[in-house]
Amino acid sequence: MRRKFLSSKQKLKGWKEMEMGGTISTPGSSVDFKVGEFRTIQRPVIDLSRCTKCYICWAECPEPCIYRKEDGFVEIDYDFCKGCGICAEDCPVKCIHMVPEAE
Amino acid sequence: MIMKQKSVALVGDQAVAHAVRQSNVDLIAAYPITPQTIIVETLNEFLSNGELSARYINVESEHSALSAVIGGSLAGGRTFTATASQGLGLMQEVLYVASGLRCPIIMAVTTRAMSAPINIHADHSDVMGSRDAGWMQIFCENVQEAYDLTLMAFRLAERDDVLLPIMVNLDGFLISHTMEDLKILEDSVVSEYLPPRVASLKLDPERPMTFGSFALPDYYTEFKRQQVEGIENALRAAPEEWKRFEALSGRKYTVTRPHFMDGAEIALVSMGTSAGTARYAASKMREDGLKVGALSVRLFRPFPSEEVKKALVNVNVIVVMDRTVSFGAYGGPLFNEITPLLYGTNDSPTIANFIYGLGGRDVTWRMMVDATEIALKKKKTGEKIPKAQFLGVRE
Repeated sequence: MRRKFLSSKQKLKGWKEMEMGGTISTPGSSVDFKVGEFRTIQRPVIDLSRCTKCYICWAECPEPCIYRKEDGFVEIDYDFCKGCGICAEDCPVKCIHMVPEAE
Repeated sequence: MIMKQKSVALVGDQAVAHAVRQSNVDLIAAYPITPQTIIVETLNEFLSNGELSARYINVESEHSALSAVIGGSLAGGRTFTATASQGLGLMQEVLYVASGLRCPIIMAVTTRAMSAPINIHADHSDVMGSRDAGWMQIFCENVQEAYDLTLMAFRLAERDDVLLPIMVNLDGFLISHTMEDLKILEDSVVSEYLPPRVASLKLDPERPMTFGSFALPDYYTEFKRQQVEGIENALRAAPEEWKRFEALSGRKYTVTRPHFMDGAEIALVSMGTSAGTARYAASKMREDGLKVGALSVRLFRPFPSEEVKKALVNVNVIVVMDRTVSFGAYGGPLFNEITPLLYGTNDSPTIANFIYGLGGRDVTWRMMVDATEIALKKKKTGEKIPKAQFLGVRE
């Protein structure tokens, strides 16, 4: 299931608003933390015209931020993709390319 | 109402063990080390006799001992451990985890000199090395205080507005192995004073939470600021909790213990067992017409700056006794706390710092008198803040 996307800019909490000792009392709160900001060099781009729907990228994404859409194709959630490149490396038909962030 | 109490004769370590037994702790994990060993031996005796229902984890080191009680504390339990010297050294990195995760762990530290050279006797080089680890530190003067302050520590540490670990420091051998008579409360009275811990945030399968999460530069500062608030709240919370205990026991505890300080012109400031020697030295010098008072600092972290300043602001000559060396520093840790408090006060006093009692070396009242005489000479020569000097060292 696709995760609910939150607005990309998050307000940082002050010390009075935080739980004691770094405790996170709401489970599943990591979706609020957009780790896609770590991605600074390149991002994966899928050429869907050559995708065989093998789902190896979906299975191997360590984040995981690759989703299966209703039409059977896959989609990358760039809010969470750190640009590790495992999907591009392991794609058997090489339809995922790492593209410089600047492009 | 002051409750009925039993008079008993115990060594300091046994007194601490009795306080822990009566506090109904849930988990104890410790590794034996002199002069703390009698504490955990006595606790094991209580467990074997069925007088205590806590879980006891035998661990392979002090690093593991503190790590185990952190787990128990995060699960909402009341936890206790004890150590000294090298054991405290081995716990070092875990000390910061305990305070950072806001675990109200109580740890008795039978203060002992750090190796090398190896030595098993009292000084404050172990606890002073951990003074910035975010733990509260309370110094005991005798066996009765070791019992009382251990009991009271649980209530103070577990308060939601404090929620921090506490080291209850009792001088190795001088308290830990010295038998004195003391009064202990009935078990039922302690149970009422100290009901089971109710943790608002804890590891609970019914309500999953994350403990020990990562904090990057965007959040780490805020967590440290939050910790400062907790430890500073203890300046207000400790007297509140100690008053509550006074109502039951009749024994009064304050963050500092002033003696003859009203109108004193000279003050002897110390911590732990030497405070009694300082009081005796003060009374002897009073006989000679010198207006000497003694101030014992009971709560070292958080440091009761207001009380200490109030006690010393009208004193001309201050003798600060440090039972440890801060190598390469201008003075010892207690001196470094006190001196800035008196900066710019009306008539800047002479503050003389003495390093004494290392590795268990005896300190006598006559040595305190010598220290006072040296300080008075410094006053005459106009040397306001002389560099720390050793008391009773052979050249």
